[in-house]
Amino acid sequence: MSSHAAASDTDSVLRGVLQDVLGLAADRVAAFTPETGLFGHLPELDSMAVAGLLTEVEDRLGIVIEDDEVDGEMLETYGALLTFVQAKRG
Amino acid sequence: MIAAWPSPAGEEYALAFDKHRSRRVLVLPAWFDESNKLRHFAVEVMRRLDGAGVDSFLPDLPGCNESLAPLEAQTLASWRAEAAEASAYFSATHVLAVRAGAMVAPEALPGWRYAPLAGSSQLRGLLCARVLSSREAGRDENREALLAEGRDRGLELGGYRLGAAMIGDLEAADLPQAAQQRDVAQGDLGGAGLWLRAEPDHDSRQADALAAIIAVELLA
Repeated sequence: MSSHAAASDTDSVLRGVLQDVLGLAADRVAAFTPETGLFGHLPELDSMAVAGLLTEVEDRLGIVIEDDEVDGEMLETYGALLTFVQAKRG
Repeated sequence: MIAAWPSPAGEEYALAFDKHRSRRVLVLPAWFDESNKLRHFAVEVMRRLDGAGVDSFLPDLPGCNESLAPLEAQTLASWRAEAAEASAYFSATHVLAVRAGAMVAPEALPGWRYAPLAGSSQLRGLLCARVLSSREAGRDENREALLAEGRDRGLELGGYRLGAAMIGDLEAADLPQAAQQRDVAQGDLGGAGLWLRAEPDHDSRQADALAAIIAVELLA
């Protein structure tokens, strides 16, 4: 798989997980931009929901996210989370 | 609909669809936060089973839902004993274990484990949520230190006060072997697991799908 394909695959998996966590229609989540705010911006996205989101991302992408990698900045926007997950996938 | 059952820890409630039919399914609920998100789903599956001529029972485990027993005093072994007691009391012929409910499903009962979750994975998710909410509140906590504290003195995770013994139990808890029980994956139901939802939600198609899987195998 080329790195470009892997990057777009990560993007679609991450949008899929957000869609499932937030209970949004696919077109709503497709409209997320890198600046779209997540943790701290969406009131329903509490710590329990984010923990579930991260676990699901781990499962679907076969990565392990360590505690010390999780911080507010990485969860603040869609773009920051995507960048983090893409880096994890190498 | 609401029945009482004599758990070893005292009287507990159960939701029951009991018409003294021959097929009787013990439903073991998901745990902690997931139990809230999956209760509507579990009850809707039971309602459909009732319509298909199958009795079912959803007991409160001690320390959960309406139970007055202290959650902090519970252990994996005590919940296993309670699940076995509920199975005997309601004369269950089958079990449907939901998520971490699979950890306490009576081994001898045939049945299904829906999206089973190991105790260790449940604990990992709860710890992650705790670390996140602490950081949001400006406290720097980490999993290792929390676990060490939990093994020693117990821990509050996601609003649930777990005792030291339960923390130790969960940390080491893989899914048990269950030759009698078949795993039903989320993919078999279609859609996303309702435990993932930030706000509790329901999906009647998923309840239809799980009830159909069970009814078809039970009534075959």
